[in-house]
Amino acid sequence: MTRRWFWPSFALPGAAWLILLFLVPTYAVVAVAFGTVDPIFSQPVPVWNPLQWQFGGMRAVLDGLEPGHAFWIVFVRTFAYVALSLAGCLLIGYPVAYYLARYARRSRGLLLVLLVVPFWVSYMMRMLAWIGLLLPDGLVNRVLLDLGILSQPYGWLDGQASSVVFALIYGYVPYLILPLYAVLDRIDRSVLEAGRDLGGSPISTFLHVTLPLSKNGILAASVLIALPMFGDYYTNDLISNSPKTSMIGNQINLFVQGGTQRTVGASLVIVLSLLLAVLMSYYLWATVRASAETRESLL
Amino acid sequence: MRRVRDWFANPWGQPRLLAAVTWLYMVWAIVPVGIAILFSFNNGRSRSVWQGFSTRWWWGDPNNSVLHDPSLRSAIEQSLRLAGLDMLIAVPLGVGLAIGLTRWRGYGARPVNYLMLFPLVTPEIVMGVSLLLVFTLLYSIPLGTEAQTLGQVTFSISYVVIIVRGRLLSIGPEYEEAARDLGASPLGAFRLVLLPLLWPAIFAGFIVVFALSIDDFVVTQYMSASQSTETVPMLIYGAARGATTPALNAVATVMVVVTLVSVALAYLVYRWSARSRPATSGSAINEIAALEV
Repeated sequence: MTRRWFWPSFALPGAAWLILLFLVPTYAVVAVAFGTVDPIFSQPVPVWNPLQWQFGGMRAVLDGLEPGHAFWIVFVRTFAYVALSLAGCLLIGYPVAYYLARYARRSRGLLLVLLVVPFWVSYMMRMLAWIGLLLPDGLVNRVLLDLGILSQPYGWLDGQASSVVFALIYGYVPYLILPLYAVLDRIDRSVLEAGRDLGGSPISTFLHVTLPLSKNGILAASVLIALPMFGDYYTNDLISNSPKTSMIGNQINLFVQGGTQRTVGASLVIVLSLLLAVLMSYYLWATVRASAETRESLL
Repeated sequence: MRRVRDWFANPWGQPRLLAAVTWLYMVWAIVPVGIAILFSFNNGRSRSVWQGFSTRWWWGDPNNSVLHDPSLRSAIEQSLRLAGLDMLIAVPLGVGLAIGLTRWRGYGARPVNYLMLFPLVTPEIVMGVSLLLVFTLLYSIPLGTEAQTLGQVTFSISYVVIIVRGRLLSIGPEYEEAARDLGASPLGAFRLVLLPLLWPAIFAGFIVVFALSIDDFVVTQYMSASQSTETVPMLIYGAARGATTPALNAVATVMVVVTLVSVALAYLVYRWSARSRPATSGSAINEIAALEV
């Protein structure tokens, strides 16, 4: 083994794995989306050569994406749910992360442990917990009935958009708080003191020092939870299971796993990926920049 | 009103509103799970109305309890089997990739570095669909345990790389260079110097991959073949809305306990091994925290 190949050979198995099981599969989606369908078995036939691509499946999806059509409604709904959930996550997550980073002293260890617990409890278990509470005879309905807020049990699990958004917030907020905490914890206290010494009120110090310093962290953490939310179908299936609240993920799942229209499903995957490319590139750019900064600061 | 103004006026005072929000959040995040665990001990078929304490859904019921229902037991076994396989394959691959990418200064490093980051930002359903299509249409790999393992490893590698690379960057190349100057071969310097220094990060990698695998639903479901390859998250997904018994809560509880006990044990082993090896500074917790940007 020559010196030249010593370090690359460490990376080789992992790189080969990612090429075979990430890069090639990604191209397979494209080949299926622009492929044909076997007329007898109605199975998709991938077309690997771009010169022979068929555009029937993609055209069906793009037609559905015109305002007012089926996919358009689903896409708008998905963006609305994700935006609302993200706003909810930030409203809950930022104060918690801020308190932990700035103020918690004696209770900090306990709070950090409690903060990490949801990571070790599976997502499905946490959804199962809420299904039990939201059932017609569940605790939520009984408390609301006892308080006189409701006169009869409310069907929280019968296709309510509010329940889906609530469940998304509940499911994803832990993944937001930890990175936010890491960012806020890194802010130098002396900078905040300087802001105060220079006559800033607590609120203006927060607005002009803390918030700008945590801006990149907020963006990166938001992207980190928004991306999986865009592809989520299981939260929706569990909490609503109604086409009234169906998101992009549900549509893709329906076409790929449920039905025989995998060509349409693959085309939807491509459209979704292209829409998310902006968010993905931002995250990749931020990650590469952050690791370059670490490297420089260590040299 | 005056007191409210005083809190704001004193920058280092305890903001009680923030404290209340934080503690309320903790209660909100954890109590529902506690209630779900409690209902696994319900003495009735309901998962929402308490009918007294019993252990029938754990072992009492001869057909539907966790101990006696083969489908529940096989889901737990499949979840643990996949977690073991995932850890066994993804951690070595990820460690190798991290070392290679950090030390290798060639033309190939940059594209591989980007390729490695992509699984982290790709929504899981995109990975599930692409793996399903490539396995059935190109590789002819049958769906089932092998396919599930291949899929889980694919998204686990990147997490290991991020953790290990963070540590590699903070170690720097000086220690190996010193070992090389003292006459060690490249492989010897790697084995005797670099690997021991990386141990905390590798250990954290094992824990994170275990948690990723146990928690995974989408890729595992897309790669599953039949009921025999059903995992616990799949079981919950399939049954949570139906007329199932609290045995479902009991199975979910088993996984919570298994995960928490494994993490606690891993932490203790780690503390113990770190004490007998004073050269390794930094903790596995920090390595996990380094995952976040």
